[in-house]
Amino acid sequence: MLHQLFFGYYAFAIIVLSLLVVTRKNPVHSVMWMLLLFFHIAGLYLFLNAEFIAAIQVIVYAGAILVLFLFVVLLLNLREEMAIKQFVSSWKAGLFIAGLLFVAVVNAIGSHVKGPAGKYSVEAIRSETHVKALGKLLYTEYLFPFEIASLILLVAVIGAVVLAKRRLRS
Amino acid sequence: MVDLNWYLVLSAAVFMIGVFGFLTRRNIIIMFMSIELMLNAVNMTLVSFSHYMQDMRGHILVFFIITVAAAEAAIGLAIILALFRNKQTAHVDEMNEMKG
Repeated sequence: MLHQLFFGYYAFAIIVLSLLVVTRKNPVHSVMWMLLLFFHIAGLYLFLNAEFIAAIQVIVYAGAILVLFLFVVLLLNLREEMAIKQFVSSWKAGLFIAGLLFVAVVNAIGSHVKGPAGKYSVEAIRSETHVKALGKLLYTEYLFPFEIASLILLVAVIGAVVLAKRRLRS
Repeated sequence: MVDLNWYLVLSAAVFMIGVFGFLTRRNIIIMFMSIELMLNAVNMTLVSFSHYMQDMRGHILVFFIITVAAAEAAIGLAIILALFRNKQTAHVDEMNEMKG
């Protein structure tokens, strides 16, 4: 009963907050609602026994990415953006496409066949701790993708510096 | 226990709200945030599948998705800054140089 209650609260809050994110006129308000949304998603991850994922959700998404968004929103001068209508004139078509996709996906959900259960049951993760189990897998089986991820971050750093740099007039 | 299908419906709903936002908003920052919303919906799906199938691979994939999302946010916001510097607007309808 408590499970359902918690899940119901989180599901309701996540849906309402994501609707608020896409409908607000002021981008700063959107970013603030998104911050709250990310905290709720982190709560949902805790609920699914993924402590480390919840932690990096808060640290990376809420801490790093949203601060970056906020910086950019504040750097841009969006005064005249605020004066015009926030939706395109054909927003009903967008709503229709999204609704159709939603119906298609929800219909597909019922038809999935569950595979055999793996060895990381709740008790196994609890006895080993989630971070240790994840780290072991990441540094043995997924070592090469992990190194590629570091390369992606390096490319992102260099790319961001090159793109945002002001060009010198020659 | 909450059934797995409820988690899947929840993430599908969040994903479709992201799709709706991307299709109907014309502010480039909000469109970018809609993409982040869709990425988060997929992360939720992966974590819930991972939990219900007692497997860790979904968490690994979420880890990589968050890495790529961070890289994408840095690059994308740099592009937005460069665009704004040239066009003085964040409205994507004004950006039509590449249109034939």
